[in-house]
Amino acid sequence: MRIPIETLTLGNGLRLVLSEDHTAPIVAVNLWYHVGSGNEREGRTGFAHLFEHMLFQGSEHVAANEHFELVARAGGTLNGSTWLDRTNYYETVPSNQLAVALWLEADRMGALLPGMTQEKLDTQREVVKNERRWTVDNQPYGSWWEKLPALAYPPEHPFHHSLIGSFEDLDAASLSDVSEFFATYYTPDNAVLTLAGDFERVEALAVIERFFGNIPRGPGKPPLADTALPRVFGAPLREVVRDNVSLPRLYLAFRCAPFGSPDHYVASVCATILGTRKTSRLQRSLIREKRIAAEASAFTFDLAKGADLLVLDVLALPGVSAVALEAAVVEEVERVHREGVTDEEVARAIALIETGWTLSMESATDRADKLSMFATYFDDAGLVNEQAAKYRAVTRDDVTRFARECMGADNRATLLYVPAESATQAAA
Amino acid sequence: MTVATRPQPGPPRPYEFPAFERATLGSGAKLLVAEVAKLPIVSVTVVIDAGAESDPPGKEGLAQLTARALVEGTKSSSALALAGRIEKLGGVIDSDAGWDSARLNLTCLSRHLEESLQVMGEILSAPGFPQEELDRLRDERLAEIEQIRSEPRGLAEEAFMELVYAPDARYAIPAGGSRESVGGLTREDVVLHHSRLYSPDNASIVMAGDVSTSRAQSIVERALSGWSGKRGPSTSRSAAPADGGRRTLLVAKEGAAQSELRIGHVGLPRSHPDYFPFSIMNAALGGVFSSRINLNLRERHGYTYGAHSIIDWRKAAGPFVVSTAVGTDVTADAAREILGELERIRAEEITADELSLVVSYLQGVFPIRYESTAAIAGALANLVTYDLPDDYYDTYRDRVGAVTTADALRAAREHVKPESLQMVVVGDAGLRAKIDDMKFGPVDVRTETP
Repeated sequence: MRIPIETLTLGNGLRLVLSEDHTAPIVAVNLWYHVGSGNEREGRTGFAHLFEHMLFQGSEHVAANEHFELVARAGGTLNGSTWLDRTNYYETVPSNQLAVALWLEADRMGALLPGMTQEKLDTQREVVKNERRWTVDNQPYGSWWEKLPALAYPPEHPFHHSLIGSFEDLDAASLSDVSEFFATYYTPDNAVLTLAGDFERVEALAVIERFFGNIPRGPGKPPLADTALPRVFGAPLREVVRDNVSLPRLYLAFRCAPFGSPDHYVASVCATILGTRKTSRLQRSLIREKRIAAEASAFTFDLAKGADLLVLDVLALPGVSAVALEAAVVEEVERVHREGVTDEEVARAIALIETGWTLSMESATDRADKLSMFATYFDDAGLVNEQAAKYRAVTRDDVTRFARECMGADNRATLLYVPAESATQAAA
Repeated sequence: MTVATRPQPGPPRPYEFPAFERATLGSGAKLLVAEVAKLPIVSVTVVIDAGAESDPPGKEGLAQLTARALVEGTKSSSALALAGRIEKLGGVIDSDAGWDSARLNLTCLSRHLEESLQVMGEILSAPGFPQEELDRLRDERLAEIEQIRSEPRGLAEEAFMELVYAPDARYAIPAGGSRESVGGLTREDVVLHHSRLYSPDNASIVMAGDVSTSRAQSIVERALSGWSGKRGPSTSRSAAPADGGRRTLLVAKEGAAQSELRIGHVGLPRSHPDYFPFSIMNAALGGVFSSRINLNLRERHGYTYGAHSIIDWRKAAGPFVVSTAVGTDVTADAAREILGELERIRAEEITADELSLVVSYLQGVFPIRYESTAAIAGALANLVTYDLPDDYYDTYRDRVGAVTTADALRAAREHVKPESLQMVVVGDAGLRAKIDDMKFGPVDVRTETP
């Protein structure tokens, strides 16, 4: 399976990725800005994400929330998301509505600031605080995605601090922060625009040139603080969280090579062997054989700079102590670290990953997002067509070596949640 | 630098929901196949009329346990051996029961279809229901129940269902069952439930993807040749609302960072003739981002990250509910705004602008919903479960377009019932006084201790 891909660059540095597919009259517009929470300055945690909210508050020719309304009227879906190293915005619309979606994206890339007011910023600050309460503070284990990066990346590292941000830093964000962030990062030369689906190339290019072509290049963004890290943590890292939860839960993270590098494919195959579906090691051993866990999975964060994380996530069954849970997970980790994996396990993992990749190419929305991702991180959208082969090239020896080098005691970050009332039982 | 003129849409390109063909297998099972050859993938769903709605009283959770146990071992293979056969092909098989049907799903690359269907055939014709797997699934459900006690959203959903339905209504208890009912389920219960309902004459096999109808029919016929049996009796359960008028339940949760809020009542069954008017009315009220409730609570007041209203369409009348999570200090204000919107939607017609927004939204996103083979298979499975006509998806957009502002108002006046509203708040115990001040109706307080 290969999808057609064409890449071009406008005079102002905006990179375009085009992938036609006329099987349904749908087109996905997907815009990645190469900025995330890692680019925030000190005292402004959560700003990249708050800024994403502001992008829906109107621009020179678009009123507040009109973006939502126009896309809904066009019969389309939309959203945006912020991650540690990027922010994306996307609309999927009936193909005759392509120009509207492009126009909306161009208006906010070219002229966001005329739409900004203090009142809008204040309202979105409250919305984001409620998002924080909903996803982090009032959700069992909700703090894990703030605590794990804080544990696994050193304090000065761009991926260490909270993506959703602290209430204090959100309160400190001002309209001048909005202007500065916009001028620095929301520029055509810091973005990738992808179209996937039903569009006519010549017509689409003309519309893109007309809407985006006159937006000036940016002044150049400051370099991300140094992301380079040693290959392993160097010593065990550990945090025990006594929380308002019913059952113990363990997140065990290993530093691994960044997304896109040869060793990251190996780490992904290893994660699939350990935690994807019923016959994976953790599910087989902890859920079925030992009856210790209710849920078990493994995944990578997919950060493309510095170092990534491979994470095991295991939830205890009622009656199982945090100590017993941790011991059982560590036993499995020790086993793979010591003995490596089998050919059969690697083949199973690659087959599951290949099916997953094929499924992720079904919808125009997902296809466009993958194309933007590879273009943003590696300046090569064509990598989408090479993923299956890269996974297939991973061997048993690769995974065994990875487990030996990267899953030892010197490369484990343990984040353990313990029900508050039984916290005394946990080995802190 | 930017272009001021808003572009106008071009002429729409036609779209048709994928055509499908029907056949009946020798066993009596029905077959529906939609050939969609875009990618080398096939999705298969076996729809069995064995949803949680028909769990016998006291045995709530039986339908779900049976469905989940179906893939956990056959007479000749262990659960892990079965899973291993599918996973080495990169495929996924899972099974579960919702309120209205049990579904066994397979997604695989088309080159592995035949081999994967063999596994499915073995699962359907000779499930083993090993005791140790049933014990494990039961323990996992009990763990889920335990988890929900510390999860404000889950607590709110469950408390709401308990409040709006009569105590003997099936929907008052979660589909997966309660601690008491699940704890009492035995292997005999599962085997009996399976023998009564998991028969070919009570099932439809739906396939969508890179496979032709003729190939689908021949390989399914072969793979499922060992599956036989006749449908037996099942239980019929009530979906009656609770007696009495407005009430509030405050579930007091120590250290709550926010209040989870639910306001609503029992809605309509899926087969109700007002399905389209109600859906359009609800979309304008709280079903889309630009709806009244979301714009009011999120964008006007900043009370929440999101607020929406849904009706859960089921065979019997499912819940109609407004859901949101708001700051503790604005809980009563947010509840007042929601109550105000529920009154306003009944007071006068939505505007032509509101109508055109939700109609063009629902019509436009229709093709976007059916890009994957799994989504197409799911849509066909719903035709079966809800007994919809074969041209349902072909006429869907026209029927959405036929709803008027007057229809939406009539649906609101007939089916949104302010006097029957029930409210659940999961949040700080100190909210009691402010909730009393609302004079919404009697207030009960339950304290949730983890």
